[in-house]
Amino acid sequence: MDAGEIRGMIKRVKNGRLSRRGFVRRMVAVGLTAPLATQLLSYGGVAMAQTKPAYKPTKAGGGGTLKLLWWQGPTLLNPHFATGTKDQDGSRLFYEPLAAWNSTGDLVPILAVELPTTENGGLPADGKSVIWKLKQNVKWHDGMPFTADDVVFNWEYAKDPATAAVTAGSYNSVTVEKIDTHTVRVVFKQPSPFWAEAFVSATGMIIPKHLFAAFSGDKSRDAPTNLKPVGTGPYLFKEFRPGDLVTGVINPNYHVAHRPYFDAIEMKGGGDAVSAARAVLQTGEYDFAWNLQVEDEVLLRLEAAGKGAVRVTEGGNVEHIQINFTDPNTEVDGEKSSIKTKHPSLSDPAVRRAFSLLIDKDSVHRFIYGRGGNATANFIFNPARFASKATKYAFNVEEANAILEKAGWKMGADGIRAKDGKQLKYLYQTSINQPRQKTQAIIKQAAKKAGIEIEIKAVTASVFFSSDVANPDTYPHFYTDLQMYTTGPTQPDPSVFLQLFLSTEAAQKANKWQGRNITRWQNAEWDKLYARQLGELDPITRAAMIIKLNEMVIEDVVVIPVVTRPSVAAVTKNLTCELSGFDSYIWDLANWFKEA
Amino acid sequence: MSAAYLLRRLLLAIPSLLGISLVLFTILALAPGDPFGELATNPNVPPEVRMALRAKFGLDDPVWQRYVHWLAAMLQGDWGFSFVSRMNVDTLILQRIPATIAVIGSAQVLAILIAVPVGVLAATRPYSLFDQVANTLAFVGFSLPTFFTGLLLILLFSVQLDWLPFVYRTDLKSTGLAWWGDQIRQSAMPVMVLGLFQGASLVRYVRSSVLDVIRLDYVTTARSKGIGERRVIIGHVVRNAMIPVVTLVALQLPVVFSGAIVTEQIFRVPGIGSLLIASILANDTPVVMAVSFVFAALVILFNLIADIIYGWLDPRIAYR
Repeated sequence: MDAGEIRGMIKRVKNGRLSRRGFVRRMVAVGLTAPLATQLLSYGGVAMAQTKPAYKPTKAGGGGTLKLLWWQGPTLLNPHFATGTKDQDGSRLFYEPLAAWNSTGDLVPILAVELPTTENGGLPADGKSVIWKLKQNVKWHDGMPFTADDVVFNWEYAKDPATAAVTAGSYNSVTVEKIDTHTVRVVFKQPSPFWAEAFVSATGMIIPKHLFAAFSGDKSRDAPTNLKPVGTGPYLFKEFRPGDLVTGVINPNYHVAHRPYFDAIEMKGGGDAVSAARAVLQTGEYDFAWNLQVEDEVLLRLEAAGKGAVRVTEGGNVEHIQINFTDPNTEVDGEKSSIKTKHPSLSDPAVRRAFSLLIDKDSVHRFIYGRGGNATANFIFNPARFASKATKYAFNVEEANAILEKAGWKMGADGIRAKDGKQLKYLYQTSINQPRQKTQAIIKQAAKKAGIEIEIKAVTASVFFSSDVANPDTYPHFYTDLQMYTTGPTQPDPSVFLQLFLSTEAAQKANKWQGRNITRWQNAEWDKLYARQLGELDPITRAAMIIKLNEMVIEDVVVIPVVTRPSVAAVTKNLTCELSGFDSYIWDLANWFKEA
Repeated sequence: MSAAYLLRRLLLAIPSLLGISLVLFTILALAPGDPFGELATNPNVPPEVRMALRAKFGLDDPVWQRYVHWLAAMLQGDWGFSFVSRMNVDTLILQRIPATIAVIGSAQVLAILIAVPVGVLAATRPYSLFDQVANTLAFVGFSLPTFFTGLLLILLFSVQLDWLPFVYRTDLKSTGLAWWGDQIRQSAMPVMVLGLFQGASLVRYVRSSVLDVIRLDYVTTARSKGIGERRVIIGHVVRNAMIPVVTLVALQLPVVFSGAIVTEQIFRVPGIGSLLIASILANDTPVVMAVSFVFAALVILFNLIADIIYGWLDPRIAYR
C-alpha cells in the first residue's frame, strides 16, 4: 500500500464511505496502526474519534477509597520537577494536561474542549502552529477559574532556565500565545509534524498561574504549592509524605459530570515490586500496583489467588544490545571509545550480522521475561504506525558460523575466531539486574558456539545509569564492546528518541558524554533522512521515513533489539481502568470505577 | 560524678562529631551516582536542564566548599534541602519519626521485656530444660535474618490466615479504640520480627552475664545469710550483671532513630530506615548526611548515658 492509496482511503473516510474503524483495521493489516491511523485521519481532515470509556456510575462519589500502591512513592508533587514517572504519577493525581495518550496511543482531550484538527482550524496548513481550545467550566481546586493565562504561564515557567524545569525540553523551542481567555496558540519554529508535545501527557500537566507566578525562576524551590498541589484534577490534595504517602479526597466541582467515582484516593509508596504485586493479587489489600518489573512466573503464581489480574500495556520501551563502533581498548586524547577510532572487529558488518543471529530472543522472552517482554525485530516497534514489517530476526548458529567463515574470521585453536591477529573477544556490560544477567548468559553461550568469546560485566544500576563524567562504567561512556539496557520514546512520536543514531549526537569527552548517540555510529545517509523527516508534514511520507530510519539501523546492526518492555500493572478484580503505554498509568484516573 | 566530667565528655564529643561528619561527607562525595541521573536517560530532558539543576543545588562546587557550606548551615540549625523532594531535610525526617518510634521503639521494648526475664531465669537454672529450650530458640532467633522471618510471617498471617495487613499505613481512617486496634494489628508483624531478633541476641548476653555474677562469693554470702532467693537474684545478682547489658542496650537505642532498613522495606513502614535507603539509592546527599550525622551524634550521646548509668548500678565506678 503506498501513500496515494492511503490518501484515497482517508478521502473515503471523510465522505463517510469508509468507517474510521474500517480504516484503522486496514492500516493494521499493512502494518501502520491505530495511533498513526488516527493522526493520519486528523491530518487528512477527519476528526479524531473521541473514545468514550464505558463509564457506568451515574453520580460522582460513593466508591470509597481507591488504594494505589506505588512501590517507589512520589517524592515531589510539582510536575515540572518530576525526576521520574513516580513523581509524574503523584502530580497527575491533582494536575491535568490539555490532552493525554490513551491505551491505543490516541490523543484524548482532558482540559481541552476538543483535539485540534485541520477542520476545526486547530492545525493550520503550514504546520507551524497548533491552536488549543480550553474547557470553559474548569476551576482550580481553590475556586479560581482555569484560563489561557495559566497555560501561557506554564510555558514561561518551564522554559525559564532559572527554573530548571525537567519539562523544559517540551517548551524550549515553542512560543505560546493567548488568543482569548480560553484559546491558546503554540507556535513552532519550523513546520512540525508532531504537534502534541507541549501541554500534553505526563510532561504537559498545567500548574496554576495565580499560585506559582510569584515563584518562577530562581524562587521556584520556595513555592509552598510545590508540596501542596492545587490542580484541576478529580481529587483535592489532602496529605503528602515524600516517598511514603499521597492522599486526596473527591473534588466535588470536577469538570466532568458524574466523576470521579471514588470518595478518596491514596497512593502508598515504599517496599518492593513483588510484595506490591502480592498486596493486590494475593491479599487484596490494595487496588492497583504499578510498574511490576517482576518475573512473570512469580506474577502468574500470585494471580492464581484470583483477587486480581496483571495488565500488560505496550509502550515504546525496548531492551536492546548496542554495538560499539569505536575502539574501547585504545585511548585517544584521554578518552576510550573515541570517535576517531574504529572497532577492530565490530566495524566489520559481517561480524555484526553474525552476532545478531546469535541472540535467541524467543528464549529470552519465554524463559526470562514472559508477558513482560516480547521478542522484537524492530527498535521502533510501537505505535505500530512506525513499526517496520520488513525486518526479521532469527536465531541461527550455523548461519552465523558460515557468515564469519566467509568473511575470513577463522576458528583458532582456542575456539575463538580471529583474522589478522584480531580475536572475536568482547566485553558485554549491563546493569546488575537478574533478568539481564540471565540474558547475558544465554547470549554468551550461543556466541561461544560461533567462536565468539564474550566476557560478561555487570555494573551497579546507580553507576551504570548515572551521568558521572568521571566514571568510566556509565552507559554513555560505553567503554566496552557491547552493552544492553532498556530505553524508548516517552511519547508516541519517536523523532526525538531517534537522535540516538544521529552522527552529531555522538557521546564523547568533548560533550561530557551527554550526546545521545552512544554507539557512535556514523552514517551520512541516515542523518539526511532524519533531517528530512523533521520537516515532513505529510504524515504518511513521514511515517515511511521513520520506518526506513529504523530499518537502516536494524539492517546495519547498530543495535539489536531483544525484547519489548511493556508496562505491567496489577489490578484488583472489579476495578475498571484504561491504562496507557505512552502516558502516566493514571492518565485516565477520573474515569476509573469499581463494579459493585 | 562531677559537672567537670560531663563537660569534658561533651567537649570531647565535638572533635569526634566533626571527624565523623568530615568522613561521611567525603565518602558520599566520592561515591558514584548523581541525584539527577535519572534525567540523563530521558531523551526529552535537555542536558542543560540537568546541568542547571546540578549548579542550582551546588553539586558542581568543590567538595571542601560543599562541606563548609553544609557545616555552616548545620551549626545554624539548617539541616539542608533535599535534592529529591525539594523540601527541608528536617521536615522530611520529622515526618518519619512517629512511625519509627512506634515500630522500632516497641520492638526494642519487646526485646528487653523478653530477654531480661528469660536470660535471668535461664542463668539461675543452667543446663535445665528451660535453659536448653531458651538457648536453642535464641540461637534460631538470631540466626534467622529479619527479611526471612518477615516474609515467613507475611505468608502465614497475611496470605494464609488473612489476619494481619502487611502494608503499614500512616493514614488509618479509624479513631479512638478502633484506631489502636488497627495500629496494633498493623504493627504486630514488624514489631515481632524486630523484637524477637534483637531479643534473641540479648537473651544470650543476659544469661552469660548473670551466670558470671551468680557464682561469685558475695552471692553465696547473701544466700547463706538467709535472704530469699528472689531478693538475692534481683537485688544482688541482676543489678550487677546488668552493666554489660546496659552497654549493649544503650548502644542499640540510637538504632531506634536510624530505623531498621530491611524490616521497614518489607512492611513498608515509613520510618527513618526506609528514608535513609531511599535517599542513598537516589543519591540525595543532604538527607543521607543528616540522618547519618544525627545517628552518629546519638551513638556518642548514648555512650555517655551508658557511662553514667554504670555509676548508678555500681557506685564503685568513679568518674575522673
